[in-house]
Amino acid sequence: MAAEALVELENVHFSRGPHPVLAGVDMRIPRGAIVSLMGASGGGKTTMLNLMAGTLAPQSGRIRVAGQDLQTLDFEGVYRLRRRMGMLFQHSALFTDFSAFENVAFPLRRHFRLDESILRKLVLMKLEAVGLRGAAGLMPAELSGGMGRRVALARAVVMDPMLIFYDEPFTGLDPISVGIIATLIRRLNDALGATSILVSHDVQETFSIADYGYILAGGKIIAEGSPEALRASDSELARQFLGGQPDGPVPFHYPARDNYATALTGSAAAGEVI
Amino acid sequence: MAFLDFVPNLGRQVLLTIPNLGAAARFLLRSLVAVINRHFSIQQLLKQVYGFGVRSLLLMMVAAFFTGMVLGFQGYYALVRFGATSALGTLVALSLLRELGPVLTALLFAGRAGSALTAEISSMKATEQLSAMEMMAVNPFAWVVAPRLWAGIIVVPILCAIFDLVGIFGGYLISVPVLGVDGGTFWAQMQSNVTFSGDILTGLFKALCFGLVVTWIAAWQGYAAQPTAEGVGNATTRSVVTASLAVLGLDFILTALLFT
Repeated sequence: MAAEALVELENVHFSRGPHPVLAGVDMRIPRGAIVSLMGASGGGKTTMLNLMAGTLAPQSGRIRVAGQDLQTLDFEGVYRLRRRMGMLFQHSALFTDFSAFENVAFPLRRHFRLDESILRKLVLMKLEAVGLRGAAGLMPAELSGGMGRRVALARAVVMDPMLIFYDEPFTGLDPISVGIIATLIRRLNDALGATSILVSHDVQETFSIADYGYILAGGKIIAEGSPEALRASDSELARQFLGGQPDGPVPFHYPARDNYATALTGSAAAGEVI
Repeated sequence: MAFLDFVPNLGRQVLLTIPNLGAAARFLLRSLVAVINRHFSIQQLLKQVYGFGVRSLLLMMVAAFFTGMVLGFQGYYALVRFGATSALGTLVALSLLRELGPVLTALLFAGRAGSALTAEISSMKATEQLSAMEMMAVNPFAWVVAPRLWAGIIVVPILCAIFDLVGIFGGYLISVPVLGVDGGTFWAQMQSNVTFSGDILTGLFKALCFGLVVTWIAAWQGYAAQPTAEGVGNATTRSVVTASLAVLGLDFILTALLFT
């Protein structure tokens, strides 16, 4: 982790209403690396991506991206920075009234006045990179889940971003598509000289491509290191998460006020709070 | 106990509603101002004008035609008792131009285009399309909301003018060929009693206000919807109900201000 940091978080706190989501997170994402961010569902991983992209602001703490402090940037400044970022969304988020080609062309058309022939080359190059040049004319509804994810990936990298966010890129895909997406993430990151932040539950696939990983629980980073170091972590929580054990520091049972026997024999009606 | 609960519940509702109104007002301002953003596109605006306007045209014309015919019948029934059927043209025209044209156009627009707009924006939110736009540094207010809002403002007065015309024609068809009112009197009375600025323009101004309010409510309900299937459904229902009530309430205020 000696390389220069592209993204840095310092003591970041964030809460939604009374519920704290992040409680003092420090993180350092080195330039050129693929860094994975893992943790239980609802643990604040997507929130962290949104904080790094500037779509959410922390209640306290500092977030620096490419040397710029996000809290000091105005609206235009954040937008200028986002033109150098790409994001692959969990459900692809393709524009349903545009074809695959137009989806990939969308950021280019909005930000540059390019000659149609140049735009066509740029878009087809990205679609070729994800193996879907032949599907350029298809509408999102005509694409399978895996193909849609690949078109969304082509769209995320069409502006040659310095920083790419992946929000659960493997969710809901068949094993072949998962393998393809994982390979593409590694290949695109290296070919573009980008930095990637990968939020995922898929431990095996994520560790196969990540250079470094963080595990988030209870609003804090509980373990970090290379995939090998994380596997060898002595944190019980990290071991429960990576091993997929149903019970452990994160309990199987949602807390109840009284014991099981009383609840079964009690007079409270079904569904009533007991 | 129920009464004791009523007071805090009312207070809670008021406290919840006020920030919502503030957020909706800020949403309107951002959308109107987004017209000067570089991501605002005239092509998008024209596409929405086509979607809202041309696709609502047949519905408006059919509704207007029947409304005009009913006005012809009912007006004749009321006026014939006083031997005043010569005023039928004026009655049909003024009813349509001042009230029924703007109000019915806005209500139909809320049902036809407003509900579709809410469903479209809330689905875009639920499928993260608006977030994706934000991530591509494209302002969703400029690309999605502003063209739809301005299209509503442009389209509703035009639809209202067409509604008025077709309605008057429907009224004429019933009054003159069917009920036997003199055609010359029908048009002459209308010509001498309807003023351009007092009746026609104020009616169209009402339609413009309704267009703004209906599109604003529809877009806001879509934007503020819960990003779930149930949220999309609820938002669409709320959009039509709120917009319809807002049109009727606003109509009372505008009538009191403009025609007194």
